[in-house]
Amino acid sequence: MTYHFDFGWLIESLPVLLKGIRITVQLILIGAVFGVALGIACAWVRALGPKWLRPVVATYVELIRNTPFLIQLFFIFFGLPSLGIRMSELTAANLAMIVNLGAYSCEIIRAGIQATPRGQFEAGASLAMTPFQTFWYVVLVPALQRIWPALSSQIVIVMLGSAVVSQIAAEDLTFAANFIQSRNFRAFETYIVSTLIYLALAILLRQLLAGLGWMLFPRKASR
Amino acid sequence: MSLIAITEVKKRFGDNEVLKGISIDIAPGEVVAIIGRSGSGKSTLLRCINGLETIDEGSIVVAGAQFLPDEVHLKALRLKVGMIFQQFNLFPHLTAGGNVMLSQMVVKKVPKKDAEAVARKMLDRVGLAHKFDALPDELSGGQQQRVAIARALAMQPMALLCDEITSALDPELVAEVLAVVKELAAEGMTLVMVTHEMRFARDVCSRVVFMHQGRVHEIGAPEDVFANPRTPELRQFLGVQ
Amino acid sequence: MTEFSFWDILRNLLLAARWTVVLSLVSFIGGGIVGAALLFLRIGGRRGIQLLSRGYIQLFQGTPLLMQLFLAFFGLGLFGIDVPAWLAACVALVLWTAAFLAEIWRGCVESIAKGQWEASASLGMGYLQQMRYVILPQALKVAVPPTVGFSVQVVKGTALTSIIGFVELSKAGSIVTNATFQPFTVYGLVALIYFALCWPLSKSSQLLERKLNVAHRNH
Ligand SMILES: Nc1ncnc2c1ncn2[C@@H]1O[C@H](COP(=O)(O)OP(=O)(O)O)[C@@H](O)[C@H]1O
Ligand SMILES: [Mg+2]
Repeated sequence: MTYHFDFGWLIESLPVLLKGIRITVQLILIGAVFGVALGIACAWVRALGPKWLRPVVATYVELIRNTPFLIQLFFIFFGLPSLGIRMSELTAANLAMIVNLGAYSCEIIRAGIQATPRGQFEAGASLAMTPFQTFWYVVLVPALQRIWPALSSQIVIVMLGSAVVSQIAAEDLTFAANFIQSRNFRAFETYIVSTLIYLALAILLRQLLAGLGWMLFPRKASR
Repeated sequence: MSLIAITEVKKRFGDNEVLKGISIDIAPGEVVAIIGRSGSGKSTLLRCINGLETIDEGSIVVAGAQFLPDEVHLKALRLKVGMIFQQFNLFPHLTAGGNVMLSQMVVKKVPKKDAEAVARKMLDRVGLAHKFDALPDELSGGQQQRVAIARALAMQPMALLCDEITSALDPELVAEVLAVVKELAAEGMTLVMVTHEMRFARDVCSRVVFMHQGRVHEIGAPEDVFANPRTPELRQFLGVQ
Repeated sequence: MTEFSFWDILRNLLLAARWTVVLSLVSFIGGGIVGAALLFLRIGGRRGIQLLSRGYIQLFQGTPLLMQLFLAFFGLGLFGIDVPAWLAACVALVLWTAAFLAEIWRGCVESIAKGQWEASASLGMGYLQQMRYVILPQALKVAVPPTVGFSVQVVKGTALTSIIGFVELSKAGSIVTNATFQPFTVYGLVALIYFALCWPLSKSSQLLERKLNVAHRNH
């Protein structure tokens, strides 16, 4: 059997693809910023926050880390409306990504905080800083620096995982690919192209995060 | 005839020439101490003799066999010279006995029973017969280093290379390791030791090599080298005026 | 329309969860075998082969599992056969798992101190002997916690096979939702069943890790 590859459809489908890329990029940018922010907040609670809140955060983290992103997405988009909470596909997708990354980055950042030498907390306290001030000004940045590679990897994983938001009709890159292949009957080629685009996005995102780390933590890793 | 003939050996790491033409002949039964400042190339020289590093120029001949960097020649070389490391490098997943038995069985294909007998003998020789079943974790640093010596001896090498084998030890554990080495020297084992134990070098060694910036700066009998250092570098290293 | 009780829903989901378990096992075991082969090519093979296996790993780690499933589904279809969803699911998940396990295990092999290589070399061992008797026994011990940890990712990864039509737990969730119009209950239950599968794995991975660290600290 011979199969003739055909990429002729690519030109006319370009606008659809580009829109999909735009949505995927938008999703991961918003997801990364708010997800990591949520992760920092949760890591603070788990390390130093109010005692009663700690088990709540721990449960959230364990629940998210031990269930598939797809189900989290379905629960938010299909399940929450039963409680009267309705949102658009894109909002649901964004929310799911933030909630998901929040849990993972909480664990990663917490590990960074735990690796902080005790003396740092004590030095902060001896300078009459509150625990929160010590956390914010003394502990957080070196902790983030320590775990930046792991955090970057997790952000890339969430970006790749975002392909499933097409399942609630959020019009991301995968949605675009599904749409195109239903028109051109060239499923294999279409998915090859979209896979390569994802690969390029992943490489780009990695570089971007490395550059960001380089900007945020200019000095050599202090251990 | 010399057991280890090192001739005009040069070794570079990138642009950094670490050995700049080293020549030393070591006779059977000799005990040679190599001294010198950190970074002078002592470890690199030892590692070259054991084939852990390839050399760029010159030649190293051990008991008539030329150093060549292919697996067959390397194995032959390493069967002739054993090496003891500063960090012991015992295999942590094996008992003391297992450490001494392993290479006999897999490299020399010695049957297990014989390997065990040899291991017991060698551990006895370093005073650790009772630790046959102990894991490295359960041994002190001095004991671990003695097991490492037994492990090397079990391969029946013609010479032993020792790279600062007491430097990672607590001071009170140094003596027990040096005692074992001294005994080996008395039994006629050829030893090449990088060491900072000057007293030991003076008492036990037949020759002392002072290395400086990748060269043999002075070489001679310990009496001469320690009593009459000829160069300012050695004088400064020994802390005499 | 028939009425679904809570227990009907749960029973249907649990029945489907069996397939999640089967698919996870197949992926993990198959992925482990392929991953081990990949590991040896990655660290021991000739330069060209090393690059090739590295490319494989980066490709599978750098693209969405969903795309890999689509490509397996439609790619196998190019050979003219009607590809059942389970076959595409197994192929994609095995290849995906292999890439991750190979990379995890490579990290473990590289975490073994350089002195272990040198000491075994100085005793005259060849590469395969060093690997077999000195490096792998130590690396395997280090590898257990992250390997168990990754099995959680495999279980969760199987959820994506619902998208190409394999009826496992997630797909059953969608089907039951469409029949009952109780998405909150159904997806809540689906999540809890996944949690029941994954959490013990996560927890044991953590405990194993902690045990290993304690053992290491005693050095
Ligand atoms: N693997 C290596 N790669 C690059 N440079 C090395 C390596 N090993 C040693 N060197 C360099 O070679 C020089 C001599 O090192 P070494 O033989 O360890 O000295 P010594 O044992 O006398 O302290 C040092 O400058 C060191 O930085
Ligand atoms: Mg040295």
